[in-house]
Amino acid sequence: MSAQAWLDVLIAVIGGAVRVGTPFLFVSLGECLTEKAGRINLGLEGVLVLSAMSGFGAAWLSDSVWIGVLCAGLAGAALALVHGVACSLPRVNDVAVGIGIMLLGTGLAFHLGKPLMEPQAPQIPSLALGGWSNSAAVQAALRINVLFPLGVALAALLQWGFANTRWGLLVRMVGDSADAARALGTSVNGVRIAATVAGGFIAGLGGASLSLYYPGSWNEGLSSGQGLIAVALVIFARWSPLRCLAAALLFGGAGAIGPALQSVGVGGAYYLFNALPYALTLLILVLSCSPTRSARGAPLELGVSR
Amino acid sequence: MPALALQTFRLSKHFGAFTALDQVSLDVRPGTVHALLGENGAGKSTLVKCVVGYYRADEGAVLIDGRETAIPSPTTARALGIGMVYQHFTVVPGMSVAENLLLARGRVPARIDWRAVRAELEAFMATTPFRLDLDARPLELASGEKQKLEILKQLLLRPRLLILDEPTSVLTPQEADEVLGALRERAHSGDCSVLMITHKFREVSAYADDVSVLRRGRLVCSGSVADSSPQLLAQAMMGEGRVAPVTVGRLQVAAPGAVRLQIEGLRVMGDRGEEAVRGLDLQVCSGEIVGVAGVSGNGQREFMQALVGQRPRLAGSVTLEGRPFHARRAENRSQRVRSLPEEPLLNGCVGELSVADNMALREFDQSPFAWAGWVRWRRLAARARAWIEEYGVKTQGEGAMIRTLSGGNVQRAVLARELSGEADLLLVSNPVFGLDFAAVAEIHGRLLAARDAGCSVLLVSEDLDELLELSDRIVVMSGGRIVFQTPARDARRHELGAWMGGRHETAAAPQERAA
Ligand SMILES: Nc1ncnc2c1ncn2[C@@H]1O[C@H](COP(=O)(O)OP(=O)(O)OP(=O)(O)O)[C@@H](O)[C@H]1O
Ligand SMILES: [Mg+2]
Repeated sequence: MSAQAWLDVLIAVIGGAVRVGTPFLFVSLGECLTEKAGRINLGLEGVLVLSAMSGFGAAWLSDSVWIGVLCAGLAGAALALVHGVACSLPRVNDVAVGIGIMLLGTGLAFHLGKPLMEPQAPQIPSLALGGWSNSAAVQAALRINVLFPLGVALAALLQWGFANTRWGLLVRMVGDSADAARALGTSVNGVRIAATVAGGFIAGLGGASLSLYYPGSWNEGLSSGQGLIAVALVIFARWSPLRCLAAALLFGGAGAIGPALQSVGVGGAYYLFNALPYALTLLILVLSCSPTRSARGAPLELGVSR
Repeated sequence: MPALALQTFRLSKHFGAFTALDQVSLDVRPGTVHALLGENGAGKSTLVKCVVGYYRADEGAVLIDGRETAIPSPTTARALGIGMVYQHFTVVPGMSVAENLLLARGRVPARIDWRAVRAELEAFMATTPFRLDLDARPLELASGEKQKLEILKQLLLRPRLLILDEPTSVLTPQEADEVLGALRERAHSGDCSVLMITHKFREVSAYADDVSVLRRGRLVCSGSVADSSPQLLAQAMMGEGRVAPVTVGRLQVAAPGAVRLQIEGLRVMGDRGEEAVRGLDLQVCSGEIVGVAGVSGNGQREFMQALVGQRPRLAGSVTLEGRPFHARRAENRSQRVRSLPEEPLLNGCVGELSVADNMALREFDQSPFAWAGWVRWRRLAARARAWIEEYGVKTQGEGAMIRTLSGGNVQRAVLARELSGEADLLLVSNPVFGLDFAAVAEIHGRLLAARDAGCSVLLVSEDLDELLELSDRIVVMSGGRIVFQTPARDARRHELGAWMGGRHETAAAPQERAA
């Protein structure tokens, strides 16, 4: 394989990291916010699928992609609200509710999305960052979803906000010790519901970037478990929004290696390459795991059985 | 005058069928220190939690400055100027001391200017007797330091009524004197009223103006401290007919035997990536109680955790009867090692399991409690009932979640598990944290009895009085090392205090004094 081919693979992987990583980024940021408040929302898979469908439907009906994006976020927030409220009832387990929400969200999306298989909706515009190059491959790879920079900004904002704002401190307090929060008179359930809903909205933006950005259509196989993987990414990122960004890009890039290699003619182990992101994640999880370091940043209320 | 007057009028609280508070009418005069006494499980914590709105009373009213006031939540209490230091720590374990203080202060600005906030906190800290690292997380702090953080949190609010639920149980007597002295001064100058729960008569007579006693949810007496005496108070706490046990003498029957536990060059990492225990050598003989004194935060916590296997050891050797000891479950069983960790609810229990299950943790998989892989729950429950009886654990039954027990009763339940049966080595941290005086005497008696039966006891305590009373030999830990040791009968309080305060930094050769 020539140097040029390697370069093409590299560029395709970078492009893929951004393209595939964008939905992961939003879902993992949403999950990060939820988990910081002390709840696990496994339902984000359902949120992702439902918001992808709603966003697509709204964009198609209104003929405006931004209304679509907004509706995707709102649909995500609405479904997350169900999770947040249900988990606030006594003796309700958030993981179990999450699985219920996941099934509800996907089922609802498949049912309501039947008429949306055919039509074409407006697309989220892209930023052409490859203008400096005259290679078509580079230009294609560096044409990125405008939601991506938004996600990067959001990650930075969350990172900063957790440490430097009232809301950030409240969310972390509730996630760290419900008892302490109660003693200070903070409504634990209130903060958790708010964080879950905001997380659902953010994850909904991920849904929009699934259905409203290239290739941009609605079908039932759109997500294939990305919402669940994002939950793992958050753990992998040790509950830090900026590391969520890195993890999403890494995961997206690893996912692009298979197709990129195939496009330059290395197609032998196609399915093996498709498993690469998962293998990579596992490997890094194992390597980065240490009994002393892992504790920092993990919300202590997580995993407390109720 | 800013100090508040607090009255409760026929306050009652039920947990299911159990009456924790029965028509309690308490009167705290403004600008005074009011002490609240009572046995473990008497309802003291429940009473003050009802006052600050953590619990909602089933009947009765709270009167602030003579007016009936509804306090539905701790926020309302805070707005009224009522501050509370809870018995169980309510610091947020994963957030820094600065963040904890800021959250407690309330009025968190939407955007936090950390530079200004830190400067303000540093300035505030300088006006108090405490020093804490603003960047440390409570997760990494010893209980004494956490308690100081709790008190700091409340002082920051300049409360008009300050309620303290056993604030001094993990402080050294000197620290307690400093804190209580400062609080009394504030109260008498009319800045605030203080309601303080305690088990220590010494603190009552030295610092309180008024005292009230709760027994089984009822207020049994209330009046001026000048008119009371420890004997009268003890009698009121225990009730007619029940006499308080006397403390057992500390006389050692036999000279210590052979060395049983040998620790050489032990080094342990702290949570903040620095070495907390730095080359510690120590021996404990059979039939001997070795007391480890020290200001909290000098590595005692990490030392104990490393010994009982909660924390990896960086270097050094620990041998028990000549064999390497790693505190594995099988080793603990065959070498008969037991431990009483500090904060037993966190370190010695599973809060969500029942009292019986928690009491079974050491032996549920051993005969006669297990047979061919099956656990014999009924036998375990029967034994739990016997222990509950023997150790006087107040619980609604052996099936109650251990989390719902009062602080002192959790301690008793763990003690029952660890002290029953024969032990060869006992690793003990702050064993009487939060116990009432009768229980303290009883536990101390049990430790001495174990010692007399030939057991080796390693006792870490922040209470020098306790160490002087129980130990045969006292060592002082400072900066992660043993800096001084002495037989307890020759120990002088001020000398120990000086070593605890870090005199080794100026002393030329600290180990020379070592026996
Ligand atoms: N949430 C709860 N659910 C059920 N029972 C409870 C609960 N909280 C307290 N109790 C019971 O109420 C009684 C009084 O408890 P409380 O914590 O007020 O005791 P206390 O006087 O503070 O004792 P200690 O000195 O041990 O702290 C105890 O018997 C306890 O088991
Ligand atoms: Mg109590």
